[in-house]
Amino acid sequence: MSSAALDITDLSHQFGRRRALDQVSLVVPRGNFTALLGVNGAGKTTLFSLITRLYDNRSGRIRVAGHDLRQNPAQALARLGVVFQSRALDADLTVRQNLSYHASLHGIGRHQAKGRIAQVLDQVGLSQRAGDRITALSGGQQRRAEIARALIHRPDILLLDEATVGLDVKSRAEVLALTRALIADHGVSVLWATHIMDEIHPSDDLVILHEGRVLRQGRAGDIAGQAGLTRTFLDLTGVSA
Amino acid sequence: MTDRAFPPRAWLTAFLGIARRETLRFVNQRGRFLAALVRPLVWLFIFAAGFRAVLGLSITPPYQTYVLYEVYVTPGLCAMIQLFNGMQSSLSMVHDRETGAMRTLLVSPFPRWFLLASKLVAGVLVSIIQVYTFLAIAWFWDVQPPIWGYLAVLPALILSGMMLGAMGLFLSSAIRQLENFAGVMNFVIFPMFFASSALYPLWRMRESSTLLHDICAVNPFTHAVELIRFALYLQVNWLSLGVVLGCLALFFGGAVFMYDPSKGLLARRRGKP
Repeated sequence: MSSAALDITDLSHQFGRRRALDQVSLVVPRGNFTALLGVNGAGKTTLFSLITRLYDNRSGRIRVAGHDLRQNPAQALARLGVVFQSRALDADLTVRQNLSYHASLHGIGRHQAKGRIAQVLDQVGLSQRAGDRITALSGGQQRRAEIARALIHRPDILLLDEATVGLDVKSRAEVLALTRALIADHGVSVLWATHIMDEIHPSDDLVILHEGRVLRQGRAGDIAGQAGLTRTFLDLTGVSA
Repeated sequence: MTDRAFPPRAWLTAFLGIARRETLRFVNQRGRFLAALVRPLVWLFIFAAGFRAVLGLSITPPYQTYVLYEVYVTPGLCAMIQLFNGMQSSLSMVHDRETGAMRTLLVSPFPRWFLLASKLVAGVLVSIIQVYTFLAIAWFWDVQPPIWGYLAVLPALILSGMMLGAMGLFLSSAIRQLENFAGVMNFVIFPMFFASSALYPLWRMRESSTLLHDICAVNPFTHAVELIRFALYLQVNWLSLGVVLGCLALFFGGAVFMYDPSKGLLARRRGKP
């Protein structure tokens, strides 16, 4: 079995004639925070769509916790927890009902799900809001509920696509701190897609994605060097500040 | 890490979870239930009363004698409930796709055909509750088929509901935005309903136009109506049964194809799955 939580090799994808991803290869080690940095349109969401098998990859290979996504999608998807860029909770239902629904989509029975729902809500600090409808929660609380949903089947790796977009500074910090705590406390691996450089620590693994290609991969502090991450990113991508 | 292969119980859990979600949404949207009920009742109480005076009905199978227009139109209204429910499910799929909730379903490790089938069956269960509520009210309006007909119609309702729901699923994969749904109303629901045997027998159609009669005769909705009509009077319309089963396979196969991550349109164009 691969030691990586996520291992992507030579992944390409096109929408019509437009190439959205071009020979992307990256590795997310187990128990690690890996930031996927790129401007809007860099290909982050397309990459997430392929990893979560919303589309099939036609070229390249995706392995989740050692399971090939094309050959063994059930095993691979069972090990993925996902927080999408756009809200994916059912606004008509309560937090608990949303989590219960998600648990059933992973084949987790009601009795077992009940215990896990209590556990994950405690982890994200929403135990008191379990009976509230999603619409009654703030943006930050909804994001935490989404993280709880993504954790309920105990995935090996958590994918978060621009999870802090639209949140105020306090909520952003809370969501990021919660995610980092999950790595420390539960050993889950994280792939964190973002375009906000402040969210990346020098000790994090970093993948810079631009126009569908990986430009740099390694320790964030090493990539940033003396110039700093912002300057390095702008120089690499040619994006003006 | 534990073994994640799914035992049979897990499949049942997933199906029940999807069914529970559909039911909860239905319960939470009380207006939807009322609208689903008011629509056929208006047709039964007002439209049928008006038409009764102008539309004479000769003996038409499965009826053994002359029947009131209200009696004739009731199976068509049952199918109408299911048609609108199927379209409501389709609308809900497009809405889920726009809001992102669809992704929760599609990233489940269960096969996509199973997820779509579960959603389809759950929607049909909701429509059957609506139909039986309608039939119970219609009973007080002197629409009283044989008592065993209420049981015999259940498999017919399941099949017709599945066919119309599968058509909704198929359409939902092709509709890009909620705004386009008005087009579905104009180009799918209304033509299907009016060009069918729901409101008038096909022989009446032939008197007006042979072409219109032929269109009605090949309309799958006509066969859903006739399947229900015959079952309600303890008979089987084999032609309609065959057409409904064939269309169910066709529409569901099309929906599975369209939602397949490697084959369907979703894979070929950029958009929210």
